[in-house]
Amino acid sequence: MEEWMEMKVSLFITCLAEMFYQDVAKDVVEVLERLGCDVDFPRGQICCGQPAYNSGYRKDAQKAARQMIRSFEHSEFIVTPSGSCAAMFKEYPELFKEEPEWRKRAEALANKTYEFTQFIVNVLHIEDVGAVYPASATYHTSCHMIRLLKETDAPFRLLKNVKGLELLPLENSYDCCGFGGTFAVKMAPISEQMVDEKIRHVEASAATLLIAADNGCLMNIKGRIDRKGKPIEVKHIAQILNTRVEGRK
Amino acid sequence: MPMKIGEKPFFGRVDDALEKTFMRTAMASAQDRLRGRKLDATVRDEQIGDWEEWRSAGEEIRRHTLENLDYYLNQLSENFSRKGGHVYFADTAEDATRYIQEVAKKKNAKKVTKAKSMVTEEIGLNEALEEIGCQVFETDLAEYILQIDDHDRPSHIVVPSLHKNKEQIRDTFRDKAGYTGTEEPRELTAFARSQLREVFLEADIGITGCNFAVAESGTISLVTNEGNANMVTTYPDTQISVMGMERLVPTWEELDVMVNLLSRSAVGQKITTYVTNLTPQLEENSVDAPKEFHLVILDAGRSNALGTEFQSALHCIRCAACVNVCPVYRHIGGHAYGSIYQGPIGAVLSPILGGYDEYGELPFASSLCAACSEACPVRIPLHEQLIRHRENYVAQKGKMSEKLAMKAFGIGASTPSLFQGAVKGLPAIMKPLVKDDGISSGPGPMKLWTAVREFPVPEKNNFRSWFKSHKQEGES
Repeated sequence: MEEWMEMKVSLFITCLAEMFYQDVAKDVVEVLERLGCDVDFPRGQICCGQPAYNSGYRKDAQKAARQMIRSFEHSEFIVTPSGSCAAMFKEYPELFKEEPEWRKRAEALANKTYEFTQFIVNVLHIEDVGAVYPASATYHTSCHMIRLLKETDAPFRLLKNVKGLELLPLENSYDCCGFGGTFAVKMAPISEQMVDEKIRHVEASAATLLIAADNGCLMNIKGRIDRKGKPIEVKHIAQILNTRVEGRK
Repeated sequence: MPMKIGEKPFFGRVDDALEKTFMRTAMASAQDRLRGRKLDATVRDEQIGDWEEWRSAGEEIRRHTLENLDYYLNQLSENFSRKGGHVYFADTAEDATRYIQEVAKKKNAKKVTKAKSMVTEEIGLNEALEEIGCQVFETDLAEYILQIDDHDRPSHIVVPSLHKNKEQIRDTFRDKAGYTGTEEPRELTAFARSQLREVFLEADIGITGCNFAVAESGTISLVTNEGNANMVTTYPDTQISVMGMERLVPTWEELDVMVNLLSRSAVGQKITTYVTNLTPQLEENSVDAPKEFHLVILDAGRSNALGTEFQSALHCIRCAACVNVCPVYRHIGGHAYGSIYQGPIGAVLSPILGGYDEYGELPFASSLCAACSEACPVRIPLHEQLIRHRENYVAQKGKMSEKLAMKAFGIGASTPSLFQGAVKGLPAIMKPLVKDDGISSGPGPMKLWTAVREFPVPEKNNFRSWFKSHKQEGES
């Protein structure tokens, strides 16, 4: 075999995936490996601190952030299956704006962090991962991915090349699904209306499969779809991309 | 407090709003319409070039002005006075209304006409004038509708009557003003116009807000569509304009940029039907200028934000672009915010002006989706300011249970062994809740989650073990 440098990638699994969606994490590892990356898993990693940060507990978020900075200090690239958690890493320099030493380390961390699809398209320069998934699907653009990471394109480029997948437009795709972390419980009655409207739009798209790139949004939307007993399947984009023959690995 | 709307606590107001399904459908379609029109006049309008450059220019102008606010306020005040106008700096809403009451008394005013102005809503000017026996007439169509509907409150800073549809407006006109026509907007408008025509001619004082004041010339600029502001400022001998202390620009050159940003962002127009620029002009034989022109410059809590992380909230030009994209506003409407300033900017501004006791919940009424920050024509980082408010709020008024939970989170999150212990222990803790491969109810915060949605079942297997053996397989 020809000798070439493998891209060294550290998986930032996210706490939601580690606790509830390990299949997604496994799919991320397998896709990256298939695309020629050497994936490692820094064992010191925990939660990125976003729940504390967004709730107004800056100091407690800093504790999580320091641990993450230490854990990924030696990584070349950090890849995570969540636009929101990646955006939180990008927020670390702001979090340490009054501590120059930590700020510097936070900037280094932020600069090497990529959301999963963003890494494949913009760093590996691959748009066709060879996936096959026959289905009529629509895609939910997560707010933090499009507005904080400003990644609006990568998931669509990848999905366009999935064989058999018909991607249908989603009305009001730019509207939040109502997750918002603690918002979903603190403002439960408002969140409920938001997720219901999102599901109405998914139904109107005639898709039988909803794809997104963030487990937070998926947990919310799927949780509501299942509660209402709607016949719509919900998948993370890594689960779609890690297929070789008709929806299977 | 005049800025405040309603007496119920926040969640009571939210429940009320969610019940009004008709209002909510109207809100959602109005939002879609306003959003589309804004995009057509901004990012999709090729004639203006790069919209992002316009936003940068707007941001820079506002930042520069606020950083030199004392200088420009002084310049504005000098130029306005030099041309014969009277300037009054009001520290509080009460100072402002007292000054205006005094002017009205001195003029022995009986009838006052008003153009649309949120700042006069903020200070409760109508009530203050009615108190001293003046009749106040709102002449902006939306404000007129609200006024005759027993002083209903605004639900949107640009379209105050957004929560009413044409049938409701027809009924209001019929019940309160003897209207006999249909719900046809043209017919409704013609009716309001005929009602107001006489009033314009009889008014003793005309009162306006101020979209922008131009410091270099002492000019008040009003950006409007109905023409009523011109009537309000032309007929009466006395004019009073009320402005928030931050609403000024250095020169006409910046005014040009700001009017573009405002018209396009607020209503999707390249320019509004009228941009009325008024400078005091006290020549004896002047026929169409008021003989007396007062400018009330209002602080009322604004200076609380100066020099703090909230200073950029004062960059706001009240276009409501953030309101028009907010998914929370979409569902609860304006009144649920309990402030005349609603939506994302309302959730940032209301606690600055009115404090956390009254408006502390508002910064939490956001999923932090950042649609507001993306829409703002002067790039106020609204969603970040909501987080700053949350930080202040929990420091001052946070619940002990939440503080302890977050402390535990901080300790757990900085101690990998504890975090791993929690991840491993989770399936066992949650096991009693699992029924038919799902979790449909649970205690504490889970109760709120599962009231609406299923909760995912924690993974029994350990990802880290899988990863280890997966790597070993790869090597063998």
